[in-house]
Amino acid sequence: MTYSPEVRERLERDAKEIIGRYPKTRSALLPLLHLVQSEDGYVSDDGHEFCAEMLGLSKAEVVGVSTFYTMYKRKPAGDYHVGVCINALCAVMGGDQIWEELSEHVGVGHDETTPDGKVSLERLECNAACDFAPVMMVNWEFFDNQTPESAKQLVDDLRDGKDVRPTRGPKKLCTFKEASRVLAGLPDDLAGDGPSAAGPSLEGLKVAKANGWKAPEA
Amino acid sequence: MSTTLTPVLTANWDQPNSFTLDVYGEYEAAKKALGMEPDAVIQAVKDSGLRGRGGAGFPTGMKWGFIPQGDGKPHYLVVNADESEPGTCKDIPLMMANPHALVEGVIITSYAIRANHAFIYVRGEVLHVIRRLHAAVREAYEKGYLGSDIFGSGYDLELVVHSGAGAYICGEETALLDSLEGFRGQPRLKPPFPAVAGLYASPTVVNNVESIASVPSIIANGADWFAGMGTEKSKGFGIFSLSGHVTRPGQYEAPLGITLRELLDMAGGIRAGHQIKFWTPGGSSTPIFTDEHLDVPLDFEAVGAKGSMLGTRALQIFDETTCVVRTVLRWTEFYAHESCGKCTPCREGTYWLKQVLKRLEKGQGTEDDLTTITDIADNILGRSFCALGDGATSPIHSSVKYFREEYLKHFEIGGCPFDPKKSTLWGEQ
Repeated sequence: MTYSPEVRERLERDAKEIIGRYPKTRSALLPLLHLVQSEDGYVSDDGHEFCAEMLGLSKAEVVGVSTFYTMYKRKPAGDYHVGVCINALCAVMGGDQIWEELSEHVGVGHDETTPDGKVSLERLECNAACDFAPVMMVNWEFFDNQTPESAKQLVDDLRDGKDVRPTRGPKKLCTFKEASRVLAGLPDDLAGDGPSAAGPSLEGLKVAKANGWKAPEA
Repeated sequence: MSTTLTPVLTANWDQPNSFTLDVYGEYEAAKKALGMEPDAVIQAVKDSGLRGRGGAGFPTGMKWGFIPQGDGKPHYLVVNADESEPGTCKDIPLMMANPHALVEGVIITSYAIRANHAFIYVRGEVLHVIRRLHAAVREAYEKGYLGSDIFGSGYDLELVVHSGAGAYICGEETALLDSLEGFRGQPRLKPPFPAVAGLYASPTVVNNVESIASVPSIIANGADWFAGMGTEKSKGFGIFSLSGHVTRPGQYEAPLGITLRELLDMAGGIRAGHQIKFWTPGGSSTPIFTDEHLDVPLDFEAVGAKGSMLGTRALQIFDETTCVVRTVLRWTEFYAHESCGKCTPCREGTYWLKQVLKRLEKGQGTEDDLTTITDIADNILGRSFCALGDGATSPIHSSVKYFREEYLKHFEIGGCPFDPKKSTLWGEQ
């Protein structure tokens, strides 16, 4: 399988725009890997070849890089890539139990995709939202303060095609491929959606305001 | 209570659309800075006493001063937004709610070090934060705050938002640079330091998000204003991130030197009916503390004097329901997973630590295993290129120091004495 001329032309146009941002072309490799992942749902053989051609690298050099980073998938991820944080704090707060129950409920394990291609699961390391533990991510959007029940409901809703809303993020989840395009450096227009901050992010500010505490005047 | 909170970077987070230029306001500090001599900007940051907020605490202005001037090479600023240290969760909400503070800080810093190209290297697993960064940068370009002849000063700056792809090691500054150059993210031997040979072998400043985002407030309010907060050698404010078994976990912005006891008072204490057992002052790579350390001033010196590190002020709090062996195992699994494989002591050491700890947690170990894990840790510490390996040894050494009896208890009863359900968020229901 190779890219059709139309797809190839579109990818090349995007790739050239991305490459143009960097003083040295090779710096565009990580974004281009996200770009081909936005086309195929994983970094395919064609994707590797495309990156190599665009940057004047050998395919081996590109594969050497893509296999280092966990976000580049070697087989198709689901439309909804679901992560459960199992790093120490989230694990203790319930992430371990969420993972066990969710994995059994969905019937797939770490880095595996359901047969219908809709959902893939991943055991995540810390995602920098520890004050919202236990944390889950879907297509790299935050789903905060999860329980085993909410996690199973979330995945059921995703598989049933219902609208699912991240805790701090856009009104509607985009697909794994759409998310990969944003990561490539080609953002959608959803930045204005969702709150500025929510929940624990605001606790300190609330305490400060309630007590009339401010930073000193200049 | 002696210490109070000092919201600066977090002050606008409760405003709708705080992430837009309309709500953030004009870049007055950048405008002021671009009217100053670059060296005067560096001096102001030196005078403020600002130390790096990414964990190591190196004086920020001094780092900028290391960039050779008049060398004919391009200079670069790279913002380290790869926040991934377990427990650390300050930069992500900061960039989500207040990305313009960072972009404005980038302009001031780049001007000071005479860089015309800057990058924000943000971890890839935070999609909405990445959208907000892109949008903020676009707004700044549209306003003429980025691009050519900024504020009519003749100064030009390009800023690129660059997403990582899932690798904790890329938070290490030289691994980050390799990654940004399109390679596997593996640390470089230092020296040469990035200030001499960084991105594309050119002089480069790598700074944490919170450090750079603090710069506009220093320029706007003056070095003395910033230095008036905090302690003698740890000046200013910082975001303290409380997580775990706390009534109201969250982000609390306070002067350096506040204590955990004070922060816990503000956060409603440990969750009802429980007591603190152990905690990290600054992420999993900083040796754990216990209830003995509640009154240690959280600044670089006092935390260091008690055998740990201030790190990123990532206060992960665990109560008496938590098994310390299980927690240390999970951190160790993390380090083994994230070790880049370049240095043998770290690559092999973290792997074997994980194997032995698994056995210990199941109660199948012996007391000799405690000697084994501390030996392995001794052989990792200081023997690898970067601090990842060192970080992996912190939970090992400190947990054996404070909780040796708990390790022994696992062998005595042939299993873990704790019920993991009791530690969960829903454990008490």
